[in-house]
Amino acid sequence: MQVSSMKFKATAHVKLHDARLQENLAKLKPKFVNARRNSLSEVDDFEATRAAGKAIRDRALDNLDVWLEIFERNAAARGATVLFAENPADVNALVLEIAARHAVRKIVKVKSMVSEESALDHAIEAAGLQVVETDLGEYILQINDYEAPSHIVGPVLHKSKDEVADLFAKAHGTPRKTGVEELCREARQVLRQHYLTADMGVSGGNFFVAETGSVVLVTNEGNATLSTTLPKVHVAISGIEKIVPTLEDVATLMRLLPRSATGQSISNYVDIYTGPKGEGEHHGAEHMYFIVVDSGRTGILGSEVREALRCIRCGACMNHCPVYQNVGGHSYGWVYPGPIGSILTPMYVGLEQAQELPAASTLCNQCGVVCPVMIPLPDLQRKLREQAFSRGLRPWYERAALKAWSFVALRPGLYALATRIGVRVMKLVAGRDGRIHRLPIGAGWTDGRDLAAPAGRTFRELYRARGAR
Amino acid sequence: MATPLTDPRAARDAVLARVRSALKLTGDRGAARAAAEAYLAARAQGPRPRIDGDLTERFVLRAGHMASTVERLADRSAVPQAVARYLDALQLPPALAAQQSRAGVCWPEFAALDWAGAGLAIEARPTQGDDRLGITGCYCAIAETGTLVVLSGPDTPTATTLLPDTHIAVLAPDRIVAGMEDAFALIRRERGAVPRAINMISGPSRTGDIEQTIVLGAHGPFRVHILLVG
Repeated sequence: MQVSSMKFKATAHVKLHDARLQENLAKLKPKFVNARRNSLSEVDDFEATRAAGKAIRDRALDNLDVWLEIFERNAAARGATVLFAENPADVNALVLEIAARHAVRKIVKVKSMVSEESALDHAIEAAGLQVVETDLGEYILQINDYEAPSHIVGPVLHKSKDEVADLFAKAHGTPRKTGVEELCREARQVLRQHYLTADMGVSGGNFFVAETGSVVLVTNEGNATLSTTLPKVHVAISGIEKIVPTLEDVATLMRLLPRSATGQSISNYVDIYTGPKGEGEHHGAEHMYFIVVDSGRTGILGSEVREALRCIRCGACMNHCPVYQNVGGHSYGWVYPGPIGSILTPMYVGLEQAQELPAASTLCNQCGVVCPVMIPLPDLQRKLREQAFSRGLRPWYERAALKAWSFVALRPGLYALATRIGVRVMKLVAGRDGRIHRLPIGAGWTDGRDLAAPAGRTFRELYRARGAR
Repeated sequence: MATPLTDPRAARDAVLARVRSALKLTGDRGAARAAAEAYLAARAQGPRPRIDGDLTERFVLRAGHMASTVERLADRSAVPQAVARYLDALQLPPALAAQQSRAGVCWPEFAALDWAGAGLAIEARPTQGDDRLGITGCYCAIAETGTLVVLSGPDTPTATTLLPDTHIAVLAPDRIVAGMEDAFALIRRERGAVPRAINMISGPSRTGDIEQTIVLGAHGPFRVHILLVG
């Protein structure tokens, strides 16, 4: 996928004025946010469950080499082929090679963020094969010329049903439908034929289970179950970090994932697949492959933002982020939006291509509070901001301003003098209503709102006056 | 460069080497392997919600929350009549009227039931994809979330739970366990290894992708009806 994260500010500006998007984003809060909160009470001690989830993910990451070996051994023992991909190009090459080996012509695909990283669908089509996205949201994006997803759980959160109706009428050559139910039924009919005629199913993997050599797939639509049960080949692709040791660990994480994602107690379909089908079985894949992907993950593992690898892709951080809630997912310019995207994107595509993202946060820690595996997202954003500064990636005027500020801040006398002058000048500029309507060097702030002017004396002056009393 | 499928070792070794280098792990990993094996053997569980009272009651409540419907029956011979009653009682909009069809498929374990006597045309075969009604059993069920657990096997064609418009599952109350952990323990105890597929089904197939409006019957069944028998 093309990276356009450095256009964050420009895109966000456009999105803020996109009335339809704003209307759709406004639904996030009543749906995802409230549903999540209401579902937490079903777990007696959600905080303890979060801590257990964090521990499970850390246990896997701390000795990831060992868990990968155990996974590989157990998956192979059940007749699956485990392949490793070092980079996005490897992922695409492996999928095409597997397809060629089994004379595959049509592929049904289950939503997979890791396959978005390598733009797998484009590679499949370039090789002359057919690929059909089966998650309804991803399907809508595919028939709209591969529009980018705007949310990792609800990829077409930004679209209205009218837009979908237009797309379906055009892509399917059917009379235009108007209701959401009719649209879903039409998609069901179209996709049903693809499930029944596909040669290969490509899925992501919510978890790889080391104990059993299995992949866990979680959906509400049931598209993962169909895509991996009917075609003769199943390829499950996921990152090296998605390993969990045991099925018991899966049970714990499944108390966190659906509640954090959609506020459901459980997702409608939770599938655990292990190896190809056995003798006498009517349904199920005859050939099973795992593609275990690095693509920059070992870079994160060895970095100061390692905790981001705990992520289980629920989307709660973006649902609760005041920035995401206002600008939507496209502004982030790559596969992963929101707070977790502001860490993963710079780490996967390079900080110089995405340094706007860790800066696009108020550090309010709503994301950190709701994260089911306790990733300290604002701390990680701060670390990436520091890296951007120390590597000289920030613009000259920002670096000059920060240097000037640190020069003054390190000299208390000078600082007191500067602030005494500063607050008086600002009070003067503000005039009678006490508000500054336009700041010459801070137009980014005052374009959208007024700045309340200081009262005319510094904190230290007020403190001294009070102490003397 | 892409690694050819014919020589997958190079990529594997490179990734594992990078993992060890990132974690600053050098030398013998024997102790870490032993610790991992010990963790696997211990099967430690995380915090679990307390379930007071009867597991069946909890299952019925939670299944209802996930939009499944449940009916209790005294014994297995009552299943065909219950299926017929359920179909007759469905109130479907004209666009879905065909789903009320009295023809369908079932798992082999239900082949001998008197379907014809209830006015139903049920064949004991795996679904081909165009059946309206699928009747299955299930391996066990989970009270905490109202979930049916289906295991793959020669006599349990899994797609029969998924392709038909209506899925009716027969469940014995003594197969209801408290949580997912208990379902896994049961599988290990009774089967030794996990089967190819463990499908955990909680209500009909749904999507909320268009305008966050929930629609049932996204790709799989529009409705899931559970017959608690015994």
